Amino acid sequence: MKILVTLKRVVDYNVRVRVKNDGSGVETDGVKMSINPFDEIALEEAIRIKERGEANEIVVASIGPDACQQQLRTGLAMGADRAILVETDALIQPLSAAEVFLKIIEQEQPDLVLMGKQAIDDDCSQTGQMLAAMWDRPQATFASEIVLNGQSAQVTREVDAGLETIEVDLPAVITVDLRLNEPRFVKLPEIMKAKKKPLDVKPLSDMGLGAEEDFEMAGYEAPAKRAGGQKVEDVAALVNALKQRGLL
Amino acid sequence: MSKVLVIAEHNGTDLSPATAKTLTGALAVGAEAVEVLVFGHDPQGPAQQAAELSGVTGVKVISAPHFANPLAAQLAPEMVAVASGYTHIFAPSTTFGRDLLPRVAGLLRVNQISDVMEVLSDRSFKRPIYAGNAIVTVNVPASSKPILATIRTASFAATGVGGSAAIESIEPQASAPTHTRYLKTEGSGGEGPDLSSASVVVSGGRALGSAENFEIVHSLAKKLGAAVGASRAAVDAGYVPNELQVGQTGKIIAPDLYIAVGISGAIQHLTGIKDAGTIVAINKDAEAPIFEVADFGLVGDLFELLPELERAL
Ligand SMILES: Cc1cc2nc3c(=O)[nH]c(=O)nc-3n(C[C@H](O)[C@H](O)[C@H](O)COP(=O)(O)OP(=O)(O)OC[C@H]3O[C@@H](n4cnc5c(N)ncnc54)[C@H](O)[C@@H]3O)c2cc1C
Ligand SMILES: Nc1ncnc2c1ncn2[C@@H]1O[C@H](COP(=O)(O)O)[C@@H](O)[C@H]1O
Repeated sequence: MKILVTLKRVVDYNVRVRVKNDGSGVETDGVKMSINPFDEIALEEAIRIKERGEANEIVVASIGPDACQQQLRTGLAMGADRAILVETDALIQPLSAAEVFLKIIEQEQPDLVLMGKQAIDDDCSQTGQMLAAMWDRPQATFASEIVLNGQSAQVTREVDAGLETIEVDLPAVITVDLRLNEPRFVKLPEIMKAKKKPLDVKPLSDMGLGAEEDFEMAGYEAPAKRAGGQKVEDVAALVNALKQRGLL
Repeated sequence: MSKVLVIAEHNGTDLSPATAKTLTGALAVGAEAVEVLVFGHDPQGPAQQAAELSGVTGVKVISAPHFANPLAAQLAPEMVAVASGYTHIFAPSTTFGRDLLPRVAGLLRVNQISDVMEVLSDRSFKRPIYAGNAIVTVNVPASSKPILATIRTASFAATGVGGSAAIESIEPQASAPTHTRYLKTEGSGGEGPDLSSASVVVSGGRALGSAENFEIVHSLAKKLGAAVGASRAAVDAGYVPNELQVGQTGKIIAPDLYIAVGISGAIQHLTGIKDAGTIVAINKDAEAPIFEVADFGLVGDLFELLPELERAL
């Protein structure tokens, strides 16, 4: 079995992102970049599947600028076998990302595609579902447990009502949630070894995309600030304050 | 001339409050017609409740036995079959809507707007990105049709009742794919109000230390008639089930009163509560970031303060 894992390069989750003064975007210069945390979990799951002997190849893919090679190298060091970078400096919206991944699927013919349930930069939570629809294959989103049984997979999904379990035939797209696993740390020898693993770079223009209609990002602003910060002395003062607001 | 379709969310008998909130977002578009689409296995209750929401001009029902437990792979082709009649298709940004709508977008080959927090016009919307650290205005080009969006329910009040729209049944159009099969849902089904729509929420964090200790959060919530929530750390540690998680990857809520107990206030948690009316924080670390957003902060040991608070009520 071959597994395709998508890795997006995003601003690290510990960074407090700021909007640029002119409202043209968010400040990313000199900011720490990482693999989208959900994608790291997707890759960890793929590696565990391979370690159990249920898969024999893991391909990681990213769409973005040349610098994405760093995140792909980290993915190779974690345990992926090969990497593909579709290079572009443009901001890629989910529909185009899904189109690109569909092209990669046509070339690679994976049995399973593992993705993050959302990218923590755009917070869209769309790409996996769009890809599954275009590929005309099942989707299992927000996965917290994946059990493979040959031609199908049982997936437990974190939904608002609790935990839902569905069964999907393979190939399928599974998008992963935080509680699926805890990704491993990469060790130095693996980083050295990963430098020799194949990383294939192709320009976006080679992918033969259709005419996707992008949305216009017309301006960015900082969120409204809450007027917090007040402290109360003790429980009695808290109860008083809440009574005054008519909350008790 | 806009015509909006809202996808109803329900549990088979009752419409979820998310639907009435999504409807408020739909009405903000200024459309001449706002219709509600109800999938299910003979979902009479939800269809009737949808027809009574004010502003609804029509209700469509698509019923089939296999819609009893909705799966995106089954519903999306049905939505494509009805989509051509509408300029906008909205769903709540719950796990139901977030799973389904992008699949419809993929079939229609259009982009989609997630988590609309403000409707500026029929083609211009605001939404949060970077865990709510920035807000972006998204303009949809005229050629992108229809406009698909999930509505961030915490940003919109529920529309009232008083409508009496006609209910129409439509036959399912698409053959159901067999590649995806529903097996089961396990929920705590706990008593007390629903976290997503409760007016008071008491949440506990890692500091509670165990499921047994978390009992004092449940106890305070009971006294207040509140729903119970939790930080990711508390869920990961197994103190409470996953559906109680509040935040970027849990539930985004807007109660009148939110009480955060032993929660540090990580950005991913704060994303889930920024629209709360009043925030109370109880934490022993006076420097905890939760205090920056709390209207009333109380510094001290939760194991002393919580029982004291409960007695004072
Ligand atoms: C991609 C991503 C998504 C995430 N999504 C979410 C999300 O949706 N929701 C979420 O909550 N988190 C989320 N997180 C995790 C988040 O970053 C924090 O790790 C988490 O919120 C911390 O939980 P906590 O506040 O309970 O624990 P901690 O940060 O450990 O805080 C515990 C607090 O309790 C206080 N305390 C300890 N003992 C006592 C006592 N006896 N009395 C009073 N106070 C005490 C401490 O001072 C401390 O402030 C996400 C993280 C990532 C990377
Ligand atoms: N440019 C990209 N490069 C790699 N993966 C991506 C890219 N865009 C989206 N993805 C994948 O799609 C998932 C969902 O992204 P989104 O729909 O933007 O929230 C992410 O977790 C990634 O796995």
